[in-house]
Amino acid sequence: MNIIGLYNYWIVVLLMMIGFYIVIAHENLIKKLVGLTIFQTSVFFFYISMGKINGATPPILDEKWQLYSNPLPHVLILTAIVVGIATTALGLSLVVRIQEAYGSIEESEIQVQDTHDQLECQLEAYGPGPDFTILNKDLTK
Amino acid sequence: MIAHYPILQVIIPLLGAPLCLFIRIPRLVGLFALLVSAAAFLVSCGLLQQVLSHGTIVYEIGGWAAPWGIEYRIDQLNSYLLLLVSGISTVVLVAAQTSVKKELPENRHIYFYTSYLLCLTGLLGILATGDAFNVFVFLEISALSSYTMIALGTDRRALTASYQYLVMGTIGATFIIIGVGLMYMMTGTLNMHDLAQRLPEVYKSKTILSAFGFFIVGVCLKLALFPLHLWLPNAYAFAPSIATAFLAATSTKVAVYILIRYMFSIFGIEFVTTSLPLNDIFLVLGLIGIFAASVSAIYQRNVKRIFAYSSIAQIGYMILGLAIGTQLGLTATLLHLFNHALMKSALFLAIGAVTYRIGSSQIYHLAGLGRKMPFTMAAIVAGGLSLIGVPLTVGFVSKWYLVVALLDNGWWPVAVLVLFSSLIAVIYVWRVIEWIYFTPPRIILDDIKEAPLSQLIPIWFLVLANLYFGVDTRLTVGVSKMAAQSLFGVTP
Repeated sequence: MNIIGLYNYWIVVLLMMIGFYIVIAHENLIKKLVGLTIFQTSVFFFYISMGKINGATPPILDEKWQLYSNPLPHVLILTAIVVGIATTALGLSLVVRIQEAYGSIEESEIQVQDTHDQLECQLEAYGPGPDFTILNKDLTK
Repeated sequence: MIAHYPILQVIIPLLGAPLCLFIRIPRLVGLFALLVSAAAFLVSCGLLQQVLSHGTIVYEIGGWAAPWGIEYRIDQLNSYLLLLVSGISTVVLVAAQTSVKKELPENRHIYFYTSYLLCLTGLLGILATGDAFNVFVFLEISALSSYTMIALGTDRRALTASYQYLVMGTIGATFIIIGVGLMYMMTGTLNMHDLAQRLPEVYKSKTILSAFGFFIVGVCLKLALFPLHLWLPNAYAFAPSIATAFLAATSTKVAVYILIRYMFSIFGIEFVTTSLPLNDIFLVLGLIGIFAASVSAIYQRNVKRIFAYSSIAQIGYMILGLAIGTQLGLTATLLHLFNHALMKSALFLAIGAVTYRIGSSQIYHLAGLGRKMPFTMAAIVAGGLSLIGVPLTVGFVSKWYLVVALLDNGWWPVAVLVLFSSLIAVIYVWRVIEWIYFTPPRIILDDIKEAPLSQLIPIWFLVLANLYFGVDTRLTVGVSKMAAQSLFGVTP
């Protein structure tokens, strides 16, 4: 096995890890989507490099060529690109709505607001009753 | 016409979805969606009948032969699940007519029904197809439309729940295509039947092993196996009630189907059990999932969240059945798949009816509703009993088969744990019942009436199905057994 000769797969792995890391590590919702797109793109590269056969040509019959490569992976990846676009578009539109509803696209700020909502809702419902001590304990988490 | 049933099953809702956009009148859109779903249900009835009398149906799309074209392959397993998914979808849509009208603003009804039908298309497509890449496409159709449905929820947390689901769902789906790509790399085919024949030659290669690894992780994200379940509770809690009822009953079940299909029909049971310690992994994760999710369910304040956590626990039971790795275990998984769909759709529709009347699903708002909405509350009790696994309900049937399969394999400590976990289910179900019947109302309930008939009928239809299939198990057990036999390669 030639490690350098398989450089395209190394790029795939690298891109995949970069994308995955961004999705996990970043707080900003847009950056997360960017990471997700990079992650998906690595798979496109993977399929396309898999479809390449050394010394082969697209399957248009010709006497000069003996070896043909199957264009199926490219077709598959066209589908996957469309799916990827749809996902990104939907994700971005969700981010727009989140920005409108929360006034922020930072995960931590959204979480703070959510906890606040929950707290108000519970105070209103239970009041300072017997349940309240249990409630407080839960909410400080 | 009959010969084209496999494709009609998917095409009918697929064409119905954009037509919803053309019908501008919100009231009609609901009825139209119901009609489309009912047509899909009739087709699936026809398919099941055909499969039971003539065996597996192979349908070549566009007349292209299998390795080049996409083929749909309907056998006992997926015809049974097609019936389940389209049936539940139709029943849920009956209740949707009033529920969606109340819960969503009028300008969103059209989009809700469009994405509902697209989601149905995706789920039916996953079940019908015999092509590994086609599964991914339909998976994304159903996933994207369910993100939309969840985001239509009125609470703003629905948006973040949907976003979280989108990120995790996309990672899962991408893992699945990586797995499919690696398999294609080694075999040069995407047809499931072909894959199953060509894979044994390359079983030893590391590529297939990593394909399998990617695939398992991806699907487990989709089916919300502990600890990959984080997207589920919020998504179910904040989605519109109808979306929750539909998704909880069908979408994770279809993901379990993909897992079963790939494990048994593509990779083959020998490879699955020898290449990775999958049985042990599933056993441990299944058990932890059952306990962790059941215990979390006890502490939830939103009834929808209680049952969302319980859904994760029920997935644990299904995975446990798979972990046993015997025919009996698989039968138990398939039975629970069907039965759990019945329980959860009934429960979530009943909660939907509560939301319809009081505008909330917080548990303290349910206090005292036992007198005001007796039929809806009785349905919640019946569904709860089914979750616990009380005799005469479907829950009992599936737990019985699971325990028998565990004992048959000599895993009695696990069987004891399964029975013990039912006791935790008693706690969270009891908590709901206590609020409903034994607590004085916390909000003014004077004007609250029983849910409208258009919701009570579907709810009670599902509850009665819960009881009926708990007593007469010929269809469910019969088909599950046949499907398990054919997956294990034993012809009956």
